[in-house]
Amino acid sequence: MTNYKLKNTEYWAHKNYALKMESIITLNHGSGGRITHELISNLFLKYFSNEKLNNLTDSAVLETENCSLAFTTDSYVVDPIFFPGGNIGKLAVCGTVNDLAVSGAVPKYLSSSFIIEEGFSLDDLETIVKSMAEEASCAAVIIVTGDTKVVPRGKCDKIFINTSGIGFLKKEFEKIGNASNVKPGDKLIVNGTLGDHAIAILASRESLKFESKMESDCASLNHIIQKALAVCPEISFMRDATRGGLGTVASELASKIKLGIVLNESAIPVKESVQAVCEIFGFDPLFLANEGKVLLVVPAEKADLVLKTIQQDDLGKDAAIIGEVVSENSGKVVLKTISGGKRLIDMPAGEQLPRIC
Amino acid sequence: MKFISEYRDGKQIREFSELIHKVSKKNICIMEVCGSHTMAIHRFGIKNLLPANIKLISGPGCPVCVTAIDYIDKAVAISKIQDTIITTFGDLIKVPGSYSSLEKEKARGSDIRMVYSILESLDIAKANPDKKIVFLAIGFETTTPATAAGILKAEELKLNNFLVLCSHKIMPPPMEAIIEEGIKVDGFLAPGHVSVISGIEMYRFISEKFHKGVVVAGFEPMDILQSVYMLVQQLENNTPKVEIQYSRVVKPEGNPKARLAVDTVFETTDANWRGLGIIPKSALKIKSAFAQFDAEKVFNIKIEELKGSKGCICGQVLKGLKPPSDCKLFGKVCTPENPTGACMVSSEGACNVFYRFGI
Repeated sequence: MTNYKLKNTEYWAHKNYALKMESIITLNHGSGGRITHELISNLFLKYFSNEKLNNLTDSAVLETENCSLAFTTDSYVVDPIFFPGGNIGKLAVCGTVNDLAVSGAVPKYLSSSFIIEEGFSLDDLETIVKSMAEEASCAAVIIVTGDTKVVPRGKCDKIFINTSGIGFLKKEFEKIGNASNVKPGDKLIVNGTLGDHAIAILASRESLKFESKMESDCASLNHIIQKALAVCPEISFMRDATRGGLGTVASELASKIKLGIVLNESAIPVKESVQAVCEIFGFDPLFLANEGKVLLVVPAEKADLVLKTIQQDDLGKDAAIIGEVVSENSGKVVLKTISGGKRLIDMPAGEQLPRIC
Repeated sequence: MKFISEYRDGKQIREFSELIHKVSKKNICIMEVCGSHTMAIHRFGIKNLLPANIKLISGPGCPVCVTAIDYIDKAVAISKIQDTIITTFGDLIKVPGSYSSLEKEKARGSDIRMVYSILESLDIAKANPDKKIVFLAIGFETTTPATAAGILKAEELKLNNFLVLCSHKIMPPPMEAIIEEGIKVDGFLAPGHVSVISGIEMYRFISEKFHKGVVVAGFEPMDILQSVYMLVQQLENNTPKVEIQYSRVVKPEGNPKARLAVDTVFETTDANWRGLGIIPKSALKIKSAFAQFDAEKVFNIKIEELKGSKGCICGQVLKGLKPPSDCKLFGKVCTPENPTGACMVSSEGACNVFYRFGI
């Protein structure tokens, strides 16, 4: 038997050290929940504040003489880098294309920057780059600039990718990003089942001993969004429900527009297999990450038309009207549960943690 | 989905709710002991479905919430010892100790890994022979057999770098403590998954000695409503007894094989419950025959006695005396992102559930 002893003096030294180091970045700062938002507001906006950035929209809208540009950037650090339904490269293209598309813009140009760990397989890199090219072609964007850095082994985890994107934005769609036209009565539509991406990623992590046939929903949404805009230019808000899930998107929207949102639990599409994993691990599908799902807010009289239109697209087969904007419960999202009760939906504090009993 | 959708059927739920409204006359107070019940009740909005004369209160059944603060301090201290890896269930990571949390120590460089099962910890121990792997074992009768099995497996594999920091607790003693303290409870929704292991004999004293109703309940909305209905019938007819609603998984005799593993490895001991104080024979410690796996014996860590946070009423919340909203800190100083008390940390803690789902 090995004997370790931590002396009291050592313990108290640690305690003093701990008190001095109260503020540090934890993984929760990157979870997309409330703590991420606090970091953005309290630090980044404190120093970077300007009228474009302060909107905190998916893409910044930049006016030029002839038209407006939508501009966005995102970094990808997914683990594992290869997963059922995609890989980090495909995700890096889809994610940025989607951030442009949900702003109402037509995505055009992408940059791609790679931070690669020493020792990374060149074959794997080629697979990633090839799928980026394929996805860019699908989304009708081109990658026009890039950068490559290699860091010593252990200084980054395999490969990180950053992509930035530029899209062209018609004047009439400029208000979609900041939701200023959303009004009571508007319907909420989602283009398909929630949580597929998160569960596919979970299942492909080695330590979790469960097998599933789940595939990530990772896809570029610009074409389906353009179809929706074509039949309903009055769409009042769109956002892709990525990290933090639909629940977080709805909470952010409610607090932004200072109106209430009611969601119908029974109308929210969730695959049975995803629901089953959620039951086992204690997750709520509303807060699971998606990479090919958009929340559309549309005037009530056009809701059925938009629904029918996107249901005809491969990426919208399971689309559903899941709720509406209301004038009561300002700033809050209320879920009508399947059992007939009601509960609040709040932005999660951090990562969804599994329950232990 | 099989075993889920049929227990969440809106129409049947409304019918049951009407039935309870019809039968229930007395003012009664029902305590749900298990944290998973607290969560399900709020998640499905069950309170809206019950008449005003039935009051549901939360009890001490969230293992994270009742874990004493010095347990977290010990885990934090161990995480700083060179060449140790802490393995833990996710819920414990954010629980505040008296000066730090595992989450903060992880960010500062301690090797702290989230696992879903003790068997993962054994794999980590096998893969890292030059390190000490310390599994944080908390939970009630539901999780204890797995820890016992893990320790027995480690012995079989002759692993000499696998340790357990044990804070397992057992369910009936705090229920008795709550009754003896004179808290008004007429019936208990008893924990379903605990009872899968322990069976139902251990609740017998509650109906026979204290004349309170006990129904072992499942976790779906239909389960909970049916259990409430069964309790209402017991109480209306003055026939308190122990019944099983969750009969699709709970047998009266429980799981003797699992209990044998627990009895082999553990023995009962007194324990400090956060908010409830010392309760005799309410916890399990590792028997001396397995001392080589006991982190408390291998590491000599002294923790100065520290007081809980000022103003935090976790203790009264855990005993069902006050709802979380009565706490001055609730939602202001104490939030899920910056918890003061443990009840705000776990997704099954009463304060966390109130904060997230309360309307």
